[in-house]
Amino acid sequence: MRTCLESLQGYGLRALGRQYGENLLPRGLDITLCDQIFLIGSGLIWNIYFAAIAIGIGFGLATGVALAKFSQNRWINRPASAFVFIFRGSPLFIQFFFFYALFILLPRTGLEIPLGFTTLTVNTSALTTAQVGGLVVLVLNTTAYSAELFYGALRSIPKGDLEAADAYGLSGFTKFRRVVFPSMLRLAWPSYTNEAIFLTHSTTLVFLSAFPARQQSGEAFYYARYFVDQTFNPFVAYPIVAAYFVALTLAIIGIFALANLRLNRHLPRERRQRLRFRPQYIR
Amino acid sequence: MFSFCTDPSSLPQWQWFACYLTSATHLNFYHAFGVVLLLLAITAPAALAMGMAGALALRSRIPPLNWLGKGYVNIVRGVPDIVFFLFVPIALGQGIEWVLHQINCPDWDQPIRQGNDFIVCRDAKMPPVNSPRWVYDVYGFFMAVIAFALVFGAFVANTLYGAMRAVPQAQVETAEAYGMTQRQAFRRIILPQMWVYALPGLSNIWQILTKATPLLFLLGIQDIVYWARELGGQKTSLFTYPHPDWRVWYFLVLLCFYLTLTWASERAFARLNDKLSRGQATAAGERQRKAGS
Repeated sequence: MRTCLESLQGYGLRALGRQYGENLLPRGLDITLCDQIFLIGSGLIWNIYFAAIAIGIGFGLATGVALAKFSQNRWINRPASAFVFIFRGSPLFIQFFFFYALFILLPRTGLEIPLGFTTLTVNTSALTTAQVGGLVVLVLNTTAYSAELFYGALRSIPKGDLEAADAYGLSGFTKFRRVVFPSMLRLAWPSYTNEAIFLTHSTTLVFLSAFPARQQSGEAFYYARYFVDQTFNPFVAYPIVAAYFVALTLAIIGIFALANLRLNRHLPRERRQRLRFRPQYIR
Repeated sequence: MFSFCTDPSSLPQWQWFACYLTSATHLNFYHAFGVVLLLLAITAPAALAMGMAGALALRSRIPPLNWLGKGYVNIVRGVPDIVFFLFVPIALGQGIEWVLHQINCPDWDQPIRQGNDFIVCRDAKMPPVNSPRWVYDVYGFFMAVIAFALVFGAFVANTLYGAMRAVPQAQVETAEAYGMTQRQAFRRIILPQMWVYALPGLSNIWQILTKATPLLFLLGIQDIVYWARELGGQKTSLFTYPHPDWRVWYFLVLLCFYLTLTWASERAFARLNDKLSRGQATAAGERQRKAGS
């Protein structure tokens, strides 16, 4: 039997790949409680990676899509609405399968884009890995969900704010940057916090669905399932992963609450938006 | 299926597809869509019933019942429910086997948990050993239904509880002024009126429930995801109908299926909302009154 320290050394970073710990995962009767705690904990690296990058990129894209959906030009708002409908109307689980099947159809040597004077070769082989391909799906998904939130917020920006901006002679991008964007963000923030939490929870689906885990380096829930398959005892691994996710959720709520404080700093205390946690996980 | 399907290798294009799409495995695939709809049809009322029980427990003035409701709703809502989907069927299965074990094999002397293994006697196996295959299928399916109902019941309970509190207090007071007991007021005033307040939340939960159905695949049920993977994968010449990797088309079909499902239910809920708003003391009801008369 391993001691806890050996477990930490062997499995603390095992989620990153074989180079960072034991070659093989523990099996059968060899599994100790510390193994489960540390290996599942190391899987969280991937959950945080997927969530942080998807939210980071998705935030920028969602702002664009929300503005496009809000636009009065039907050539702009129709495609944006369709994008939002497709990604919000279908299960993320199926999206993973679909995009994985799509990505493996891309030529392995890379996609060649003729630009006239030169040919650009786009390397597509990375898209079949979860680290890139799965991330693309998560980004598209969170973009659609957050775009819907931002769109709702854009529609409910107080009329007075916009009139005041006009009165001060703000227009175009300045008006957007100084008035529209901060108000939109402030109004959408409580629901956006929930969106960030759901996205973090959805990262558990990356390896469960289509994307393969190379060298058995997966995320937290992948390992929890591995342990349950090995031991046929769901009463240890699942509570561990649940506890980790509760901690992760609390951390996200904390970070977003700080941002919320800053977004609302100009308002009198009673008009501030409160953060509320409304869980609805499956997407 | 068709008479010309005897030798697939010598068929023209459209006949080949006609035969391919009606082969025995494809019929299983079409049945799987029925399984998904069946799951939705069973789970939705089950979750609603579970949610109603939860909401009543949340409203209850008896402390243990109230605590039970609060505990149920908060625990289920606080943990990623994919954990629940995988945890509940296994835990429940082991629980049932444990109970049967206590009843059927009282003279069993070994411990049930040996290291990591869960061992019960032969008579306590569930479903019984040597049952036909469909018994296993039905058993697995109902485990999934219970898991879904348990998880979504918690969400429904929260929504219904909020909706019951959203019914204007003045109406309840009026009912009591007319001499109704609390129970009568609940049944005649709150219960019929709360639906319009609950509907947005319920439609949300329904959408999430629809989108959770592919998780059946994780529970080892041969649902549409399973068949899409099987049928779309590359077939070698061993099969009667060899074809290249068509998974992307199969999953496109699933994607469209779910999009239609969510789109249709969105429209259905909009109409239902219109109907329920009629005569209600809400903004939508008021608008209908002005437009109608």
